[in-house]
Amino acid sequence: MGSVAQTLGGRSGLWSSQRTTAVLRHLALRGAAVVYLGLLVALPVLAVITKGFGDGLGTFRDAMATPAAWAAIRLTLWTSTVAAGLNAVMGTLLAWVLVRYRFPGRRLLSTLIDLPLAIPTLVTGVMILALYGPNSVFGRFLDDLGIRILFTPIAIVIALCTVTLPLVVRNVQPVLQELDPAEEEAAATLGAGPQATFRRVVFPAIRSAVVAGTLLTFSRCLGEIGSVILVAGNIPKKTLTAPVFIFQLTSQFKPAQAAAVATLLFGLSFVLVLVTSRLIARNEASA
Amino acid sequence: MSTPIVVEGLTKRFGSFEAVTDVTFTAPAGAITALLGPSGSGKSTVLRMIAGLEEPSAGRIVMDDEELTVKSVQERRVGFVFQHYALFRHMTVAENVGFGLRVRKQDKTVREARVRELLELVHMEPFADRYPEQLSGGQRQRVALARALAPAPRVLLLDEPFGALDAKVRQDLRRWLDELHRELGVTSLLVTHDQEEALELANQIVVMHEGRVEQVGSPGEIYDRPATPFVAGFVGAANVLHGEVVGGHIHLGSIRIPGAAQLPWGETLIAHVPNDDLVGVVEGDTIHVDLRNPKAFLVGSETSTERADVSART
Amino acid sequence: MSVVATPKVRRRGWLLAACLVWVGVLLLVPLVGIVITALEPGIHVVTQTLRAPDVIHALELTAVITAISVVVTALFGVVVAWVLVRQRFWGRSLLNATVDLPFALSPVTVGLAALVLFGPGGWLASFFESRGIQIIFALPSMTLVTIFICVPFTIREIVPVLEEIGLDEEDASRTLGASVWQTFFRVTLPNIRWALAYGVALTTARAIGEIGAVLIVSGLLQGKTETATLFIFRAYEERQVPAAYVVALLLAAVSVTLLVVIEFLRHRQERERSRT
Repeated sequence: MGSVAQTLGGRSGLWSSQRTTAVLRHLALRGAAVVYLGLLVALPVLAVITKGFGDGLGTFRDAMATPAAWAAIRLTLWTSTVAAGLNAVMGTLLAWVLVRYRFPGRRLLSTLIDLPLAIPTLVTGVMILALYGPNSVFGRFLDDLGIRILFTPIAIVIALCTVTLPLVVRNVQPVLQELDPAEEEAAATLGAGPQATFRRVVFPAIRSAVVAGTLLTFSRCLGEIGSVILVAGNIPKKTLTAPVFIFQLTSQFKPAQAAAVATLLFGLSFVLVLVTSRLIARNEASA
Repeated sequence: MSTPIVVEGLTKRFGSFEAVTDVTFTAPAGAITALLGPSGSGKSTVLRMIAGLEEPSAGRIVMDDEELTVKSVQERRVGFVFQHYALFRHMTVAENVGFGLRVRKQDKTVREARVRELLELVHMEPFADRYPEQLSGGQRQRVALARALAPAPRVLLLDEPFGALDAKVRQDLRRWLDELHRELGVTSLLVTHDQEEALELANQIVVMHEGRVEQVGSPGEIYDRPATPFVAGFVGAANVLHGEVVGGHIHLGSIRIPGAAQLPWGETLIAHVPNDDLVGVVEGDTIHVDLRNPKAFLVGSETSTERADVSART
Repeated sequence: MSVVATPKVRRRGWLLAACLVWVGVLLLVPLVGIVITALEPGIHVVTQTLRAPDVIHALELTAVITAISVVVTALFGVVVAWVLVRQRFWGRSLLNATVDLPFALSPVTVGLAALVLFGPGGWLASFFESRGIQIIFALPSMTLVTIFICVPFTIREIVPVLEEIGLDEEDASRTLGASVWQTFFRVTLPNIRWALAYGVALTTARAIGEIGAVLIVSGLLQGKTETATLFIFRAYEERQVPAAYVVALLLAAVSVTLLVVIEFLRHRQERERSRT
């Protein structure tokens, strides 16, 4: 393709109408790709960032000055951290079980794990409502025990865990598949217990996949709204997450403040995705 | 019906790197010409430029008295056989072979007849409905050859066609290609790094090194009269012997070769001697190396490469 | 064969149990729960809900938005993937990074972006307003944000396949006399068809389920800009809980079907890829 640019630059003496068409075709396709992504993806992102910092840092500071804004961001950060942590552990475990164990229903389990990729997040929220709500047997049972799930941060964490369930599993699974069980067997014959084997042999091999999956989960959680909006109750300073807060600001026609909160949230999650892709790249390079 | 391929001053630059420099040769009509060289010598790039898959930075390509340099791949009507077969994995063997006729909107009955004819030619009729993944490497390459020949190309270009096959299959296919070529007589250009393959199959060999042509000649000429130390070293696994001219003789270690009267006394030399021409002579408990038939081999001084004919010694 | 309770077998049991409980609590029980809850009031509630004009309109709107998003992302997805793999040019890695941006953004942010661009006083608002084209609080912006969110799916599925098949088959096709378009439709497209189908299935699922961005740009105009997910949202807020459950169950059923399709496609693709 370098030859195209070279030919365009007129450095080559050879030229023909066919070549012109070929060059134009290449440029047209490239142009289509750039315009599509530029207008559709890059422009809106720029718009939000510019809006957030529209009149210098003024809007940004104003938006951040409200206690509700900070409370929402804090809540989103800690619930996301808990959910990412839980799924880091359980996702790794699930990947392990799916790769190493053979048991009836393995295929079903594997398919179930992908369900959150297909199911609308709002429907996930509705499912949680149906299960933990006062009308269900389970909900009443919990009520009798004095445990409240709905409209508390626990509901938020459950929702986040559900929608991000596949991410760690699907990151770790292929790496585990590549891992040779002979290495673990070797460790065992050398006298390492199961825990030592996992810590010293298995985990180092899957570490970056686990980290990548966890960061991806965390970043997904930061922006999640569909599954959360119904089950959280959205009580300001208590169960109002940042994405729901942004939504409320826009419906109150405060797009500048909304953009400020969104920019902060986006900045955080962008850095995370960047780190993730670096990690994955390094992982692949070392593999 | 067959046409020579004339290549003149062909040059290819990738950025600041010159992969092919001023390559000129003619592949005679109806013959097999081998482009021989180590990997990275630019021989594949030359072949791809002839096919139109790569655009030359300078130079011309002529077939049938027609300048092809600015023609698109589609219009050149060349048959190309790839090292890794490049069969269409979603098509059956028959569909692969018929592809070239299909895209030229050939009539279905004509196409089917031609596909059958070619599958017969490459002995693959029983496999017509198989998919490439169900074939062995050698079978795939035969299908690839049938596919390239189906649209009756003016010339056949083969890019390391046996490179991905194991030695036994390679040997068989080579013999088979030779017979096929005798039967069809289509001008063929074969890219290979295997000098044995080139010597056995080709009527003419073009030796390439670092993007340049080192020598063009018949297999005999290339083997017996290498024009440069590179050719001597590359063709026929030559041994490099360092020598000195002493009184009209060349001394290569213990070997003395007469007939170097024209060379100045004390000149240092390097000789490239093919393996086949070296023999070990056992004398008591020592082995002397001697030359079996030193009628001609390349002798170059360490500063210039000039040829020194050495008469036969019996 | 009898199972001896060696430490290894016991450990396996615990790990397996932990996994099953986790997936059961998060997915299986809620899934069963919604089926029971939605069908509990009786079948007449289901038929009544699905016959309500509001619901029909919402489902139609979701179908329209999903269809447009799928067509646009598939078409441009192939172009972008091809350009990313087959062309080398300045800014290519930037373009590559842009593809992943939607993964990093909250849907809410995407909706907000559309509001900033097309909303009252937005950058592009006056341009369309003066031509009498309603973008925000209407179908165009709802479709745009959905496309934005779905951009990466097809591209990320096709790119690795294109990279893997390489140029040989396309080159072979060209030397056999095929034109660029013939080569694309007869060689390239059949090679990427399962990846494309997989991407389309993922896009469909995501488009049907989109809520965050649409919530902001739709303006929540009942019976006008209300998609299926927005209907569920409003029905719940307005205490029409049974109707919300029925539509949620319908969407869940659609996504489970899609998931089965996705699983099938993934197996096809893996099989295709394992070919040499």
